[in-house]
Amino acid sequence: MTNRTRVFAPVLAVLALSIAGPAWSDFEMNMPVGVTSTSREVYFLHMMTLWICVAIGAVVYTAMVVAIVKFRKSKGAVPAKFTHNSTIEVVWTVIPAVILVAMAIPAAEGLIRMEDTRGSDVTIKVTGLQWRWHYDYIDEGVQFFSTLDRESNAARRVGSGVDPKTVDNYLLAVDNEVVVPVDAKVRLLVTGADVVHAWWVPELAVKKDAVPGFINETWFTADTEGTYRGQCAELCGMDHGFMPIVVRVVSRDEYDTWLGSRRERVSALTP
Amino acid sequence: MSSTAIDTAHGHHGEHRQGFIAWCLRWITTTNHKEIGTLYLVFSLLMLFVGGAMAMLIRLELFQPGMQFLQPQFFNSMTTLHALVMLFGMIMPAFAGFANWMIPLMIGAPDMALPRLNNWSFWLLPVGTGLLLITLFLPGGAPAGGWTMYPPLMLQTADAFPFAIFAVHVLGVSSILAAINIIVTIMNLRAPGMALLKMPMFVWAWLITAYLLVVAMPVLAGAVTMLLTDRFFGTSFFSAAGGGDPVLFQHIFWFFGHPEVYIIILPAFGIISEVIPTFSRKPLFGYAAMVYATASIAFLSMVVWAHHMFTAGMPLAGQLFFMLSTMIIAVPTGVKIFNWTATMWRGSLTFETPMLYALAFLFLFTIGGFSGLMLAIVPADIQYHDTYFVVAHFHYVLVPGALFGAFAGAYYWLPKWTGHMYDEKLGKLHFWLTAIFTNVTFFPQHFLGLAGMPRRIPDYAPQFADFNALSSIGAFGLGLSQLLFVYIVIKCVRGGEKATAQVWDNPAGLEWTVPSPAPLHTFDEPPVVK
Repeated sequence: MTNRTRVFAPVLAVLALSIAGPAWSDFEMNMPVGVTSTSREVYFLHMMTLWICVAIGAVVYTAMVVAIVKFRKSKGAVPAKFTHNSTIEVVWTVIPAVILVAMAIPAAEGLIRMEDTRGSDVTIKVTGLQWRWHYDYIDEGVQFFSTLDRESNAARRVGSGVDPKTVDNYLLAVDNEVVVPVDAKVRLLVTGADVVHAWWVPELAVKKDAVPGFINETWFTADTEGTYRGQCAELCGMDHGFMPIVVRVVSRDEYDTWLGSRRERVSALTP
Repeated sequence: MSSTAIDTAHGHHGEHRQGFIAWCLRWITTTNHKEIGTLYLVFSLLMLFVGGAMAMLIRLELFQPGMQFLQPQFFNSMTTLHALVMLFGMIMPAFAGFANWMIPLMIGAPDMALPRLNNWSFWLLPVGTGLLLITLFLPGGAPAGGWTMYPPLMLQTADAFPFAIFAVHVLGVSSILAAINIIVTIMNLRAPGMALLKMPMFVWAWLITAYLLVVAMPVLAGAVTMLLTDRFFGTSFFSAAGGGDPVLFQHIFWFFGHPEVYIIILPAFGIISEVIPTFSRKPLFGYAAMVYATASIAFLSMVVWAHHMFTAGMPLAGQLFFMLSTMIIAVPTGVKIFNWTATMWRGSLTFETPMLYALAFLFLFTIGGFSGLMLAIVPADIQYHDTYFVVAHFHYVLVPGALFGAFAGAYYWLPKWTGHMYDEKLGKLHFWLTAIFTNVTFFPQHFLGLAGMPRRIPDYAPQFADFNALSSIGAFGLGLSQLLFVYIVIKCVRGGEKATAQVWDNPAGLEWTVPSPAPLHTFDEPPVVK
């Protein structure tokens, strides 16, 4: 937990417990640190900006509160006559500008790294369709569709009578997961088949629009094995909320075994 | 005036139709800036409840995980229409109402420069909004592609498609005509002695806003016209299969869309710049800097559009440019916040309802500014984009920003409009309910977005349940609290303590030199400003 969560969590928890009676662990309040170098950098930039905002906010809000408390008519405050002060006006124009430049430098550096898709180990073409994903491991001859899993899909109908809390990974599970090797640079070629979608997995810090007729490039290198879940992040019609993304990061051996089993399934289907 | 007409009608049965028709015709044909201002404000208040009802449905469905009430397509229609109604039907007309009522009073003009055009700009508004709302009853349902209308999704809209496009055109024409009228009025009808740099800040804010409208609205009209021809006349502006580009629409749309953000917030800045000095009993700090800051914000707003599109695919240089230009906006915006704070500094503050709204504006709009700064950092924006963090951000700018600005203005000038003081106790109650529920509704949405909840989804994974429930409860409270505002306004129109011409403690501005209520015709002889 971050410092910020420590400060605010109890207050909000009490507030929410009194109305919803929820499980404590559900109160996730911050961005995941994630499992890629990019996601950590993004997390760092996010927290840096947040704390800069908190610091500026502390100064500005203090000034406002002092003015509100101290200069009340009810306390006999007599209004001053001044209408401007060139020195202070220059100061509060220049200081924010300097702070902004200081923020822009690490952000630009991070952005340049994020845009560098060279030297990838695995290339996957990702296609967004209404309302599922298609993955094509273009150097491996493996491709498949990935759709919301059956259990979630049944439970999410209006009036299904199924409590979403009883469904494992409700709305965040798919029939065919994307499998990638750990510590490998995975390049994604993202496109759309019908309308614009967006491929987003928060723990990988990857979000890229899938635009029909165009191919966007992005990449990630996951350094921790595990299952990471995301969702379509661009409104794409009726079932926009029901086309999740699941990425399983596995060891190199496991990845090769998985590729093999996928190829077998393809050859079994081809006459 | 209206109540007398109705009373007479009830007394004499035969005259009923005639009296009622006469009453309707009078409001339909009026060219008086005060009456048109009232029409704008009443229409805007009505739309607050139409758009609000849609928000209530959205929050009802999102109260718990699972699909309980709405079909996904209808949910998408609700998010789409909620945005369009609130932007084009509620907040823009609200500020147009303030402009109509107050600009002539503030610059000492007898009326708007183009009174008949003024009448038409208003009456196009119910037509446009009506076209938009009719789509709810068309086969295939209302538009559901989001207020941003991105193709190709928007092109999948059923029968509602041409209605939505035409509605946008009509609303756009209404705004452009109003803007032209405001520019002409301010440029030509200022009282002798009122140099540009002596105008009240509200008038400055609207002058700049009007120019933004004239620049931005035709661009939107162009964008939706291209959608129309893509759908019906075989063009492929936005279809890659025909050599077009879906992302082109996004560029054109946001070239309108970002100035639109400032079209909505600058008039609120203007109102806050009137309210804070009055209740601080001290002139606005750094007037000239405020004017320049507002103008810089308006200019910058035209070169930041692609910050809405960082995930759409853009060259690195483009991303860097739009990140920097977006961050620069924080400088003039900061100047405004600092100047308002400095206006209060060593003042003599009282806390009537308009001032409370202005103070809440200062505190909460700043939160929206901070989250805007966070969103400008492109690598982080990749994570924030299209999540509830963005929803929280723009609602913090639009609700405690624009809407609180409008409430501040409404309470500030209600006594001038009606001749009665509003009920201060109820006003304060309305303020506290609105301020608290606004935060309960929108603050948790920051956390939802950071934790990974995309926007515009009708259902979500159970880990998002608690903050969504909290947000929904806040929204229901926020919606209900606005009924109190209607009650306060009606009560104030009907009676209450008589307002003096000055209303407040020695406020600045020509509007306080005319009696309360302001008579139908004012400044037949222009006042002289020293």
